[in-house]
Amino acid sequence: MKPRSRFILSVLAFGYAFLYLPLASVIVYSFNDSRLATVWGGFSTRWYGELLDNDQVLDSAFLSLRIALTVATLATIFGTMAGMALSRFSRFRGRTLFSGMITSPMVMPEVITGLSLLLLFVSMQQLVGWPAQRGFGTITIAHTTFAMAYVAIIIQSRLSAMDESLEEAAMDLGGRPLRVVFDITLPLIAPAMIAGWLLAFTLSLDDLVISSFVSGPGASTLPMLIFSKVKLGVTPDINALATLIILFVSSGVLIAWWVSRRSQRQSA
Amino acid sequence: MSTAAGLRHDLLWQKVTIAIPYVWLLVYFLAPFAIILKISLADPVIAQPPFTPFFDSQGDITATSDNYSFLLTDKLYAVTYLKSVFMALVATLLCLALGFPMAYGIARADESTRNLLLLLIVLPFWISFLLRVYAWMGLLNNYGVINNVLMWLNVIDKPIAFMYTDFAIYVGLVYSYLPFMVLPLYATLERMDLDLVEAAQDLGARPSQAFWDVTWPLARPGVIAGCLLVFIPAMGEYVIPYLLGGPESLLIGRVLFDEFFVNRDWPLASAVAIVLLLILVVPIVFLQRSQARDAEGHA
Repeated sequence: MKPRSRFILSVLAFGYAFLYLPLASVIVYSFNDSRLATVWGGFSTRWYGELLDNDQVLDSAFLSLRIALTVATLATIFGTMAGMALSRFSRFRGRTLFSGMITSPMVMPEVITGLSLLLLFVSMQQLVGWPAQRGFGTITIAHTTFAMAYVAIIIQSRLSAMDESLEEAAMDLGGRPLRVVFDITLPLIAPAMIAGWLLAFTLSLDDLVISSFVSGPGASTLPMLIFSKVKLGVTPDINALATLIILFVSSGVLIAWWVSRRSQRQSA
Repeated sequence: MSTAAGLRHDLLWQKVTIAIPYVWLLVYFLAPFAIILKISLADPVIAQPPFTPFFDSQGDITATSDNYSFLLTDKLYAVTYLKSVFMALVATLLCLALGFPMAYGIARADESTRNLLLLLIVLPFWISFLLRVYAWMGLLNNYGVINNVLMWLNVIDKPIAFMYTDFAIYVGLVYSYLPFMVLPLYATLERMDLDLVEAAQDLGARPSQAFWDVTWPLARPGVIAGCLLVFIPAMGEYVIPYLLGGPESLLIGRVLFDEFFVNRDWPLASAVAIVLLLILVVPIVFLQRSQARDAEGHA
């Protein structure tokens, strides 16, 4: 690949600059004193202060966090079950439909998922009177449905990469299937479950379109609030909020990477 | 100790493991499509909810195909569907053109750099999608960073209108979906045996020949998966055309959203969704086949 490598290197440099320059510019402009988001008026942290005084932002952030915590936990439980069903119970009736329903929510355009779930909730309300109002509950159900698909795929690929011999040995030694699952399988896939939980948490926290459909009046998540402000253009307080989120997420991901690399080195 | 009662208990538990996620997906994923289909056959009315019931008071079915014939006869919708397909295709090809050399470079880097480079591809995916699109609003603005830099360098003397154009939508689509292209490409390129390319070159193949005859066919599963993972969600994109595109760049995701929230025409929005779904059925089934094959290949 030597004759090509200069080309490859320049594409790599361009690609990474393309991915990271927009984020860098948001961070820089969040410290801009000027209210006009595009004119540099000197260094200031005042937008961060205004952000922390804004009750609307804090309320919607709190709602989003509550939803994301619930969704991540439910999606990890259901997704782990689905992943185990797909990789360990090889034959059962309706398996093709099941695996189709696991992979489809991941690529389904969000406008379709959102619209279909809202129409379901409205029809259920007409028929059985539940859900009486839309908000925390309906958003949680909607997010769990697509997030569990991601968890199931992570668990499934971890289980199919994993040797079944440990589980078989435990069964040969007289372990009952249920005990084997809790004593052998679950501890082995715990890292994949943590990864799935984090992914589900992030997906839920990030979702705008599906939440907009299934939410009711009065319940607005953080992305819904951001979207309603951003529609009108670039604003300095959103720059500050974006910077906080970017720094929080990046440091979390980098720490996770560093920890897993260190534990890999120790076990190697 | 495995007793008969214990074994029955375990089998029951196995059934429960399958049943809970299965029933959840049937109720919250599959059943809603039947409801969309049902409502797409209704008439809009000013009521709560704003569509006519499927059965009238005599118990007769009141289905109508008005929404579909409207979609087929009104030129606006046909043009919007075509434009959405076209823009999603172009964005997919742009992602491929940028993502392939990147994935190739990452797969050929030494191991410690490779992990860091991969991490940097995945990282933006964890940061809010909405905020990443928003970041481009600040760059592409008439008084934004790019125009300021170009004017400062005296390349231009008037700002270029990047925002609210198709160009801005392409930037947003490629930027948001690039990781979905790079990761599957990387997975196949990393597994590829580099000796094959060297053998081809040793036997006298020019680099371009070795690429098209050896590398490209071997990378094809990754190319297909990456393209589908970009194309399918890009088709229904709402946020990017709304924030970066102009009033003329109507994509179908945005039309559906507006039909629902602005015009409150639920039946028409449902019909728009059903037609979009019909367009996407083929690529979605294709993607599932390729992923199932991939999973078998690993086992």
